[in-house]
Amino acid sequence: MSETVFRVEGLGVRLNGANLLDDIAFELGKGQFMTIVGPNGAGKTTLLRVLDGLIRPTGGVVLLEGRGLETFDRRKLAQIVSFVPQGGFGGSDFTVRAFVEMGRYPYLGPWEPHGPQDIEAVEQAMTITEVKHLENRLLGTLSGGERQRTLIAGALAQGGRVLLLDEPTSFLDYRHQVQILDLLDHLNRDLRMTLIVVTHDLNATVGSSDSVLALKDGCVAYAGEPEGLLDTARLAAIYENEFELIPRGRGITPLVLPARDGSGLRR
Amino acid sequence: MRLRIFLLLLFSVLIVLGAPLIGMHILGWEAIFKPFGSEPASVILWQIRIPRVLVAFVGGAGLALGGGAFQAMFRNPLATPYTLGVAGGAALGVAFVTRMGLLMVPLGPWLVPCAAFLGSLLAVGVVWGVARLRPDFSTSVLLLAGVAMTFFFSSLILFLQSTANLRDSFRIIRWLMGGLGEARWEALAVMIPAVVVGAFVVGRRVRDLDLLMVGPEIAAGRGVDVLKTRAAIFLGTSLVVSAVVSVCGTIGFVGMMAPHICRLVVGSHHRVLLPVSMVFGGTFLVACDTVARTVLAPVELPVGVITAFLGGPFFLWLLIRQRGIFQH
Repeated sequence: MSETVFRVEGLGVRLNGANLLDDIAFELGKGQFMTIVGPNGAGKTTLLRVLDGLIRPTGGVVLLEGRGLETFDRRKLAQIVSFVPQGGFGGSDFTVRAFVEMGRYPYLGPWEPHGPQDIEAVEQAMTITEVKHLENRLLGTLSGGERQRTLIAGALAQGGRVLLLDEPTSFLDYRHQVQILDLLDHLNRDLRMTLIVVTHDLNATVGSSDSVLALKDGCVAYAGEPEGLLDTARLAAIYENEFELIPRGRGITPLVLPARDGSGLRR
Repeated sequence: MRLRIFLLLLFSVLIVLGAPLIGMHILGWEAIFKPFGSEPASVILWQIRIPRVLVAFVGGAGLALGGGAFQAMFRNPLATPYTLGVAGGAALGVAFVTRMGLLMVPLGPWLVPCAAFLGSLLAVGVVWGVARLRPDFSTSVLLLAGVAMTFFFSSLILFLQSTANLRDSFRIIRWLMGGLGEARWEALAVMIPAVVVGAFVVGRRVRDLDLLMVGPEIAAGRGVDVLKTRAAIFLGTSLVVSAVVSVCGTIGFVGMMAPHICRLVVGSHHRVLLPVSMVFGGTFLVACDTVARTVLAPVELPVGVITAFLGGPFFLWLLIRQRGIFQH
């Protein structure tokens, strides 16, 4: 690994006596694509929030580009790391363009007009995410896929080099899932952005990421190459459900399929 | 958009300039040019009507500012300094000073806004405490906490009022209903600085308010220090609202209606919305007060009667079509 973006050691988050995260450790290099998987309530979203400085960890070390995360000013941090949270957002009478422009917040004073740099960043973010044609639409009128792309555009306008995404493909149909996955690959491969994506889509994970971090009950259940996750015993331990691996021919990673009725697939 | 704002400004200038000329007594034009004259027309115009119109304008503007900021911060059109107990706290402070007969002591008039500010800080402290105990800062919890606070404060106010002598008791009741009958030039010395400082504090956070309306998590991700912003909005708004309440009493609904109507017309960019709401809220209160003091002349209605008469149905209309701008 060349330059390290995130270096996490012994990270813990305790809330009201419960360990939301316990002894998390990983290292992520520049331009890497890391996926975080795990069952609901495993602490995936909490980890993303910690990495964006939204939650202060109760133990351990988080270094961003070699510097303690807690030493960053919120605006300065926002210029490096962008977070695409899960779920809906309000303000439905803002236009798509106005929303993307809000991504320039960390660079602007309260009454400062957008400069050429800001306008360029906004245009670029809308072009990459293919929402330019929607720029005058109101947020309240967007479909699920359009909303997700707009949300990502807003995060890209922040001009950071690290992007954190929380389940960016949930609630989308297949075509829009593929669109988002392609967009993430483009950001990672062509624009050399560092990505950390929380997802439940194991097959997509194995296809695009460089490394996987599997969480269970706030602890690391697996960390390493995505292919290493393709093990029925390991998956069963993480998700408490049996899995089948469907071979797809030589040299192609098998498909992961959760089994039903405890024993096998329903016929 | 420019045209709409221009029309609003024109409309508001006409109302604010016209309002002092309307009243029980028709005043001759010549009074306008004699600000220090001793004839009745000059005194009525310059010592009564003009300061009253200005107090109404500044008061309405302040209430609209507070309402607009709270609506964005809580992402709910029903969240205003009134529904969240800030005005109730201020009212309690004023009622306390009145009940204790402190109005007549030297510096008494200055005690009122100070007590109002302390009262509103008490309300803010409780709402803030509830929010900290429930870290999800859920709007419905806070609104309910605010409603509970308002009832609690009003019970204390009514207690103070029932134990007061007849004169103070009448004063408290009349003032609670919201009215501008007492508004003189001195009142502006309290209100203008408070509204200017409040507008400055809130005005520095216009981008934060845009983002908070989209969502607190997105706002924090973009670099907004959400806690700091909320504290600043709470403090700035408390200052404005307590100054207005200490002069005008509890005039409901202006803070809810003005920013919401303006949102429908100019959108939710707070850089535009807040100034426009202030102008609209000020003009609206001037118009309501003009109606209040003329419609049953020589009897004067408390202006709160007019705003609440319009505001009640408006509130219901909001509840019915609430999903809309604030949808999330």
